[in-house]
Amino acid sequence: MSIKQTMSTNTPLWTRNHLLGLQSLSSQEINFILDTAASFKEVSTRSIKKVPALRGKVVVNAFWEDSTRTRTSFQLAAQRLSADVIDFSEKGSSVSKGETLIDTARNIEAMGVDVIVVRHRAAGAAEMLARTLKCSVVNAGDGAHEHPTQGLLDLYTIRERFGRIEGLKVAIVGDISNSRVARSNLWGLSKLGAEVYLIGPTTLCPRAFEKYGAKVVHDFDSVIGQVDVINMLRVQFERIQSSQFPSVREFSQMYGLTWDRFQRCKKDVFIMHPGPMNRGIEIQSEIADGPQSGILTQVTNGLAVRMAVLYLVTQAA
Amino acid sequence: MFREYDQAQFKTIYDQWRERICADFSPHQPINIIGIRSRGQTLAQRLMQSMTAHGFKHIGQGVLDITLYRDDLSEIGPRPLVRPSEINLQLDGVPVLLVDDVLFTGRSVRAGLDALTDFGRPSVIKLAVLVDRGGRELPIQADYVGLTLRDVPNSHRVNVLLTENDGRDAITVDPRP
Repeated sequence: MSIKQTMSTNTPLWTRNHLLGLQSLSSQEINFILDTAASFKEVSTRSIKKVPALRGKVVVNAFWEDSTRTRTSFQLAAQRLSADVIDFSEKGSSVSKGETLIDTARNIEAMGVDVIVVRHRAAGAAEMLARTLKCSVVNAGDGAHEHPTQGLLDLYTIRERFGRIEGLKVAIVGDISNSRVARSNLWGLSKLGAEVYLIGPTTLCPRAFEKYGAKVVHDFDSVIGQVDVINMLRVQFERIQSSQFPSVREFSQMYGLTWDRFQRCKKDVFIMHPGPMNRGIEIQSEIADGPQSGILTQVTNGLAVRMAVLYLVTQAA
Repeated sequence: MFREYDQAQFKTIYDQWRERICADFSPHQPINIIGIRSRGQTLAQRLMQSMTAHGFKHIGQGVLDITLYRDDLSEIGPRPLVRPSEINLQLDGVPVLLVDDVLFTGRSVRAGLDALTDFGRPSVIKLAVLVDRGGRELPIQADYVGLTLRDVPNSHRVNVLLTENDGRDAITVDPRP
């Protein structure tokens, strides 16, 4: 399906040189990134999948936390824009010698870097770097705070599937409290006019989210037949020991997307997952690999969205 | 206003331009007409229609968005929306007619040529512009020019207005805002 570009005569211009989260963006700015991403998607269909827009610029992937999709996606996105890409990870760096985040980042910047893509376990890490550094900062996930490019690629994928976002009912299911993906999705979806259902056990899905306009639901089955999109979050095994978390079996029975639940969904329900998936726990394999799954499309679109973001932050700088 | 060519003058300029282009290509050979967004795209569409009417049978049509290929990206302020290029054509070995509205510094055309080479290797690329206003900063010349303006100061803008985009056909020369 082709994307309708939501352009008006007074198209707002992009002026930010950082992307720290979706909470601080306007709906116009979010739509502007999505429209730009639609153009970058075309680049990946060419025989020469490269444009010179960021030639001579340097992009650093600085990941203080593990990642496969996001890191690879940012790397490929930067390369398709002809930027030079440096990879930095905590393991094997001076971080293990005790260097602080700020010092490491300042040193990387001193080498003449244009964009730092940062992932860190602490919420607010990207914002702190943006205040300290002169180069552009793109947040690739900071603690449980935000993961804006994931939020954008989810928005893009939903818009591509349905041709709109406004008026859709979107369920986000799982460990909401600890999820930056859930937060970025919540901000983006509600700004663009979707109805957001946050679904999970009381310990992981507090009512506090209702003040941001979301509907908090603890009984997945009560809304399963109404929603247009189901975004299943990953069960974070690193947190499974905590008392907030029920047993895996119990969680899977109450909040997993099982075949039985899937049968009770809307006929054209769209299934999403930010990855990495725990097959058989939060989502059954047949559903994840089925025709209504957008999981791999999300990954494809992630590349276009990240190209758009890298391009926009460098052009505004 | 510095100068204006009205609808009737526009038509004379456009028709002569089109005839010269039609005469230079064989109706029986394939040709790709590619417009540079956004006025070049409209002109390319018009050319394609009238060439089809003149018996051309193998015309491919495409659109180039050259934003990502510009060398002055950092100088032109906040970014307008990047739009996709639409080149679903077999470029290799086929002549290309690259179409734009106004030729000035030549930088757009250079960006267009760079973009085109990423899509394939045409047998020849010819450049058609409706207005050549001089002021080149690169060694680039058009093969087909509708109107040559020799005395437009740098402080002025040459606008090609097209019914499809602007509601009327005209060429205007105005001081830059």
